[in-house]
Amino acid sequence: MNWLSDYVRPKFRNLVGSTREVPDNLWHKCSTCGHMIFHKELDKARRVCTQCGHHMRLPVKHRLAMLFDDGSYDRIPLPKVPADPLKFRDVKRYTDRLKDAQSRTAESDGLIVAHGPIEGRTAVVAAFDFDFMGGSMGMAVGEGFVAAAEKAVELDAPLIAIPSSGGARMQEGILSLMQMARVTVAVDMVKDAGLPYIVVLTDPTTGGVTASLAMLGDIAIAEPGAIIGFAGARVIEQTIHEKLPKGFQRSEYLLEHGMVDMVVPRDTLKGTLARVIRLLTVPVEPVAQTTLPTVVTPDHVEGHRETEPTGPVDDSEDPHPDVEVLPPSDGDKAARRKTAPERERRTGDSAAASTAADQPPPEA
Amino acid sequence: MRFLDFERPIAELEGKIAELRHLGDADGMNIVEEVARLQQKVERQLQTTYARLTPWQKTHVARHPDRPHCLRYIKRLIDDFTPLAGDRSFAEDEAIVGGLGRFRGQAVVVIGQEKGHDTESRVKHNFGMPRPEGYRKAQRLMRMAERFGLPVLTLVDTAGAFPGKGAEERGQAEAIARSTETCLDLRVPLIACVIGEGGSGGAIALAAGNVVLMLEHAIYSVISPEGCASILWRSGDKAQDAAEALRLTAQDLETLGVIEEIVKEPLGGAHRDPEAAMDAVGEAFERHLAELMPLSGDVIRARRRARFLAIGRQGLS
Ligand SMILES: [Zn+2]
Ligand SMILES: [Zn+2]
Repeated sequence: MNWLSDYVRPKFRNLVGSTREVPDNLWHKCSTCGHMIFHKELDKARRVCTQCGHHMRLPVKHRLAMLFDDGSYDRIPLPKVPADPLKFRDVKRYTDRLKDAQSRTAESDGLIVAHGPIEGRTAVVAAFDFDFMGGSMGMAVGEGFVAAAEKAVELDAPLIAIPSSGGARMQEGILSLMQMARVTVAVDMVKDAGLPYIVVLTDPTTGGVTASLAMLGDIAIAEPGAIIGFAGARVIEQTIHEKLPKGFQRSEYLLEHGMVDMVVPRDTLKGTLARVIRLLTVPVEPVAQTTLPTVVTPDHVEGHRETEPTGPVDDSEDPHPDVEVLPPSDGDKAARRKTAPERERRTGDSAAASTAADQPPPEA
Repeated sequence: MRFLDFERPIAELEGKIAELRHLGDADGMNIVEEVARLQQKVERQLQTTYARLTPWQKTHVARHPDRPHCLRYIKRLIDDFTPLAGDRSFAEDEAIVGGLGRFRGQAVVVIGQEKGHDTESRVKHNFGMPRPEGYRKAQRLMRMAERFGLPVLTLVDTAGAFPGKGAEERGQAEAIARSTETCLDLRVPLIACVIGEGGSGGAIALAAGNVVLMLEHAIYSVISPEGCASILWRSGDKAQDAAEALRLTAQDLETLGVIEEIVKEPLGGAHRDPEAAMDAVGEAFERHLAELMPLSGDVIRARRRARFLAIGRQGLS
């Protein structure tokens, strides 16, 4: 399930190593178009090729700095979990692999849980660190994700998951598989609390991470060109004995097949997230920001009910707490009511029009 | 009877028994005593062999072609079985079978992966490797069970979800994720039993239950030993080492706090006495169901979620 962790990580490590440490390699060559980009320019462009728009992998901390206002956020540490419960050893000890990853990244495991404002609204972000054992999901990552969900509920804030992972962490055996169920419980904690759960799928999102938290978003946003899938392309080719089409398991391919809501370039990701969050959590914006005609807005909250143009409102049963604090909603509602029949008439569909006239307006 | 590699001594003994019986028929001589002696020997061999199967040997027992598969369990344990087909949006995936039926008097929904038992049925059931439609059918059946207050029994036996082009295009990962989510969300009891191979995400999608049972020689793992070996050891013939390292036996999983109970298999494995194996699973289902049925839907759901959150939090070093 985490076929990527070992095939991709070493390559990635070389890439990072060569740009970070070797002083005479200050230039990046884009793997897609071959364009040479100066190191600083590339970082400023959020590691998107300035020539062709190719999205390279973005180190997780760079990404967090990009998303939160002024690049500042608070972190919650990953809960402590038993290290190496299986005493797993392949050609190398798992504990050694862990120590390597920890010293290279200065992190305890492959998930960073952060919270802070995104365009002024608090959000919790659980972001995978691909540089830590291929972002594979074991107990620490799973427990961290649960902590992120609990934090979101505590802060009454949306949860944004940003997977970048080869899948489950094989070295934790069945316990890594169990994380698929555990993170799903976490996602549902957020959903039960009525909060948005948004997933930003980045390169790569595969295996058990895709088949759990990554595919459960209320909204699924993919970065351009990211590999997103369950099984590895090589395994599929070996199974079905045919070549896979161009772009298979890439973001754009998933969009075409209805598996994600949108593919969003990095430079508009923050704005998109902020907008989606506002739309999901603040159903009605102040009227000045809409294109609706000016409506007289009552400046005292109690009074607005009296201006409601239709139907009695039963306060005892339907207190509309959100409407209470946002008086402009009245104008919005009224305007929509006014335009509904007009729209009906324009269609020239008499049946629809007469039905509409017979029935109370949808908002009543 | 098909024998596994490590069963060679047993196979030889049984070969002798068969030979004697044949001779006996021909010559009319009395071979009863000798047969009984050999049979005792077989039994002792089975006992010692099966008491210390290695994880790799268990992997083979779990995949034994004569091992009872899902449909045989259903036939044995479920009355009035009424199979239900289709995900209502693309196809019927016969790698996952399911339907309504009656288990010891109680109406239930039963769902499981079916591997098939001969070439024709293996192809029909895609060797027990579901496509997204199978998991979507499972979700549909689970939701229906919830609507009518019926408990859900699942029989898990798969090498994993099918790695195909179409499966990916139609959202294999999403289908698995939602199926797991549905298991976890239900307000009716869900009891899962790993009867053979619990292969990764394709297995947990049906196994996120209130109670998870495992047959004595079943395996349940994040990846197949072969897959793990080729990735971590870069060599397929290290599968034996990978099987050891992965801790995928029922005994390991019980120690790790991942399953509730091991269901004992008849001597020599479920394939030697399928009826006994299936009845043992039935007995365990019945016992756990009796505990869960009186609980309210909210309690059932809350306990299932708590069960999974608790995994790994205690009892591990
Ligand atoms: Zn480029
Ligand atoms: Zn750079």
